[in-house]
Amino acid sequence: MLDSRSKPAGVGSLCNMAAVVLVVLAARPGWAGENPFFITYTHQMEEPRNLEIASKSVTGMPADGNRFWGEATEFEYGVRGWWTTEVYLDGQATSSESALFTGYRWENRFRLLSHEHWINPVLYGELENINGADKSLLEVVNHDGNKDLTGANGQTRSEKKREIEAKLILSSYYRGWTIAENFIAEKNIRHEPYEFGYAFGISRPIGLLARPDRCSFCAENFQIGVEMYGGLGTHDDFGWHGTSHYVAPTVAWTVAHGTTLKVSPGFGVTETSARFLFRFGVFYEIDQFGRSVHGLFHSPGGRR
Amino acid sequence: MKVWRGALWGFAVTVAWARIGSLVQQAPAGVRNRTNPLAADAQARRAGRKLYARECQSCHGPRREGIGKAPPLNSADVYRALPGALFWVLRHGSLHQGMPSFAHLPELERWQVITFLLEVKETSAATR
Repeated sequence: MLDSRSKPAGVGSLCNMAAVVLVVLAARPGWAGENPFFITYTHQMEEPRNLEIASKSVTGMPADGNRFWGEATEFEYGVRGWWTTEVYLDGQATSSESALFTGYRWENRFRLLSHEHWINPVLYGELENINGADKSLLEVVNHDGNKDLTGANGQTRSEKKREIEAKLILSSYYRGWTIAENFIAEKNIRHEPYEFGYAFGISRPIGLLARPDRCSFCAENFQIGVEMYGGLGTHDDFGWHGTSHYVAPTVAWTVAHGTTLKVSPGFGVTETSARFLFRFGVFYEIDQFGRSVHGLFHSPGGRR
Repeated sequence: MKVWRGALWGFAVTVAWARIGSLVQQAPAGVRNRTNPLAADAQARRAGRKLYARECQSCHGPRREGIGKAPPLNSADVYRALPGALFWVLRHGSLHQGMPSFAHLPELERWQVITFLLEVKETSAATR
């Protein structure tokens, strides 16, 4: 019999990784009852031990630039009922240029009040390690706009962006409506000013009553909404002047087997904004992922 | 000294546990008397069963038997509960006890879940 201690280094961890991948493949899909927003956060946290894997894409054609496709792959895990953690891996491809990995982000959200209130605050903290070529556009701050999407990948990729971002998320549910406001503050770790932005969203499911039978195309599975987001300058140049803002209607369709699809055309409403951004996303939720992984490494008898 | 510390710790845990009690018991008196607008509605019960499978089953089990720390929902504690108290629990959850809030579900869907959860209670009352 093989003693696990006699295995060559690395084989054990490889087996562990393979086991986790198997859990992902064999796991029971959950119900990714997603709000339709791409940018705006609500106070809805990931359920404890659930894992959501998502692909958030955005495409656009900036004035004086090439068409691009930005991608953020998200892994969101419910650590506790009041704590959700997420890792993003970002990349982009630009027509007539190149495709590249642009960095990663690690974010944590903490729900501050344990009960439901009229307004529910959540604190958000994020560490970003991306480069200047990143086009995932997960938020807009400062004077971000069309000009940031036109630089050549060869040049912008050398710019390092190590940033800390904080958000105050306020949101409410009222008679089927979800209303959320986010206030964003971002700081490059180097000597750069604080940058500010905002996001606001409102949404509602089309149907407020579930049908008794299983269905994919019924009203309860669709949510519609609209979100607005934009930059608010820096601490020494705060305000609307020269900032970009977007209005984006959005739709989410939760199909069976834990998958939600989202689509959102976004329209720039100021001169500095990109004229049009089209976002689409696929979200897949795995029920009790943490429990399945825990079960792999901890036998019922308590010995491994 | 260690014995005293252990006893003190045990006492504190017991007091905390007694204060928390079951989630249903934490519902304020004012909300317990809310009536379920979908009570005894067969369609709502079926829809509630579907919503239960979607939202609750992964923690509370396919037969509501409870899994791990998630308590059983086929217990007398639930059957005896007033619909308003269950509605309060679904709306607020208890983040520190691992029960998420389901306030994101529309109100009527939450009542559908409650109609399903109280199904056995109503069935057994009808047969008596």
